[in-house]
This record gives sequence, C-alpha cells and structure tokens, in this order.
Amino acid sequence: MPLAKRIIPCLDVTGGCVVKGINFLNLQNAGDPVELAKRYSDEGADELVFLDITASSDNRETLRDIVEGVAKAISIPFTVGGGIRNESDARLVLCSGADKTSVNTAAVEKPQLISKLADLFGQQCVVVAIDAKRNYNVQEGRTTVETAKGECWFEVYTYGGRKPTGIDAIQWALKATELGAGEFLVTSMNCDGTKDGYDLELTRAISERVNVPVIASGGAGKPEHFLEAFTKGKADAALAASVFHYDQYPVPVVKEYLRKMGVTVRS
Amino acid sequence: MPQVFIVDYGVGNLLSLKFALEKTGLTAKITPPTKNLKDADAIALPGVGNFTAAAKALEPVKQALVDAVEAGKPILGICLGLQLYFEDSEEGPGEGLAFFKGRNVRLTGPVKVPHMGWNTLQKVRENELLDGVEDDTYVYFVHSLYPVPADKSIVCTQTEYAQTFTSAVASRNIFGTQFHPEKSGDLGLKILQNFARAVAR
Repeated sequence: MPLAKRIIPCLDVTGGCVVKGINFLNLQNAGDPVELAKRYSDEGADELVFLDITASSDNRETLRDIVEGVAKAISIPFTVGGGIRNESDARLVLCSGADKTSVNTAAVEKPQLISKLADLFGQQCVVVAIDAKRNYNVQEGRTTVETAKGECWFEVYTYGGRKPTGIDAIQWALKATELGAGEFLVTSMNCDGTKDGYDLELTRAISERVNVPVIASGGAGKPEHFLEAFTKGKADAALAASVFHYDQYPVPVVKEYLRKMGVTVRS
Repeated sequence: MPQVFIVDYGVGNLLSLKFALEKTGLTAKITPPTKNLKDADAIALPGVGNFTAAAKALEPVKQALVDAVEAGKPILGICLGLQLYFEDSEEGPGEGLAFFKGRNVRLTGPVKVPHMGWNTLQKVRENELLDGVEDDTYVYFVHSLYPVPADKSIVCTQTEYAQTFTSAVASRNIFGTQFHPEKSGDLGLKILQNFARAVAR
C-alpha cells in the first residue's frame, strides 16, 4: 500500500484562542486549541498545524503552554508556526513538544535560517510556509503557469499576507529545498477562506518541482476539494480550517469520501 | 513504578515521547548521555537528530550502554535510535552501538524523501512488542535512511516505500522501530504499552 495522503486541520491561534477569518481578515473565535486538537486527533486527523497568527515576543509564554498542552493531549504529529524569527524561537516550540516548526517571513528575509534550522533540528522539522497570490502581470524571468483565467505567476507575500515581495513562489520553493526545507505548506491567498477549492495550479507547480512533501492550503469547502488537491494538485497532504471547525464536513466524512474515490488514507 | 531514561543526544521534541511513555504507566526521565544507568529500569533512544552527531554524543557512554543492555536492561530505539543499533550509516561518519551487524542506507527511488507520513506495517514474525498489532495498520514515519540488518531473524515488520525496508526489530530485550510509536495514535500507544510490559517483567 502506498503512503497515505494526509488530512491536516489547521488551528490559527491568537491570544490563546483558535480563530478563523476570510482572506486573512474578519477573525472569529472558534474555540480552545487543546480541546480542538484532542477532538481532531480522536476523529482521525493525520497531523495538525498551529499558526500563532499574532505572534509577538510578549505571548511566548502562552504559546509554550499551548504547545505543551497539545503535546500531552494528542499522539499524532503537529507543527507550530507563526512568528518564528530565529533558532531560539524554533527551539522553544520544538522543546515544548512540537514535532515541526514552520517558517515564513523570516525565511524569506534570511534564507540561511532554513539551513541553520535543518542542521540544528533535522530537515524533517523544517516546514517552509509560502503564502502566494496569482499575479497576471507576467514579467521576464517569472515561472508562469497557464490557468483558466490566463497566464500568471505566483508572488510570495510575507507578514501574514500583508507584504508583496516580488519573489516568484516556484523559484523560492526550489531555493528553499536546496537550503534544507523538509516540507512545504503552500497557501493560496486568492483561495483562502473562499471555500471554492484549492489553487490546484499553484499546488501542482510546486509539488512537481520539489522532492519533499507539499501540503495544499487555502480554499477547502467540501470533500471534492480534498480529492482534487491530491489528484490534480499532486499534493501529499491537504490542510483546512473552517470546514472542520464548524463541523460542516468532519474529518471522518472527508476521509470516507476519499477512500471511496480510491485515495489511500489512514483508517 | 519502573523508570525509563530517555537519552537526549541532540535537540528537538523529546517531550512527546516522555508524555506517551508516561501514559503506559512508566516514569520517564529525559537525561543527557550518562554512564550511571543504575536507576534506569529501561532505556529509550529517541528519534530526533543526525547519526554522526548522535554517535559522537554517545561515544563517552557507549560501553556503559552496551553493558547495561547485555545485562538484560530493556531498550527501545525509535527512528534514529533504531539506526544507532547498527554499525554505521550512509548519513555520515560515526560508529553506532553495534548491537546488531548491518548498516543504515538512504531511501532511493522515484519517491519523495524524507518518507513522511502514515504507512503500513507487514508482520514478518510475531514478537511481544507487536502484540495486538494487525497487518496493514498505519504508523507514522519521518526518515530518510533505514537499517539493513545482516541477521534477518531480528526483523519483525517491513514497510513498502519504493523499496521494502525493515520497520521494526526485536531480539531478547532489544526493541526498535523505524516509525514513531509516540506519534502513531492509539496503535502507537499499544506498542509502547507492550514495551512497558516487557520492562515490568
């Protein structure tokens, strides 16, 4: 049997609570992180991702408590990201019980951080998160993809989707792989929160070019979207938040659908 | 309550293993490599790090570890911990504990590496470590290398990922898994409980 495709609920945490927004805005409270983690784990989630979306130095203690609480409550892998600026931030979450740490803005600004973390903690601990947005203004030197809406390239955004960088997401993924990224968490800013499905072109463009696992993120609204992420998007894992938080499609429902459609998932 | 020493030879997540072992009723203590193993009823070699760095960190206490295990102290090696049971590794220079003859080699083939995620176990033979574990059940893997034992009789389970590799071994008081039982949900906890039972005996 092949390696199972992973279903990953994502918990955006701020001030100790899980929140969910649309296109990175309009945050709503969705519950207690440890309780939600336990519930997802019991329901058969394959892994969890926690993003500390308002990460700042003064809430490090809160974050440490949450990570330790989650590590005690569940026995599946989990990743913690958001505001990881350097080795000591990564050490804090990994030594509090997280299995992986994800880096985004700091890695774009100081790519060497990726190799430093890979050397210190192992490549498997280093998830590089990429927030990307389609840019239809095609310029020389960009890796372009044909889409239903025309030719575009994918631009990397940092600071929680606030800052366009001009960096080509596909080229960035290749560079980050060389530096020692163990996995990519690829979020489409166009699709995030829309529930209209993942950006399959973006997911596939990166997954086909790198030799490490790719997690599709942003846009899941129904079980069919997960299927597309694996078949058309060539993703190794699919992440979602609100479909799970509000019980629209619990993890077992999504997995049962995928199994019926011939996708290998963990039972 | 029996106490297991979790040997910390690097950095990374050791708390998950500690919490998981404690759920089985063992007391778990994270400790730097030490020669003083008299308070340890069992030893766990965890799964985070690099072969060369871990072999170097274990070098000063290697003889004490080998003596304790030869005297019958149960040991559980997970991922890199299992790989350290063998002589050497393609990951880099350094000598393992050499409980078994064999070496660690890189995963190859048209697949993504690291082998990361949930994959299945195929039992090759029965062992108390795998009591209650059925064929085709899923456990969690994160690794780029795997051990090739010279003595196939120690192999308990195999897993397919472009190649068929050894995913669990057992011989007397020596137990090892290439997967992470502490990350493998209820099934993983069952395997840790089986280890705890061997420790209590």
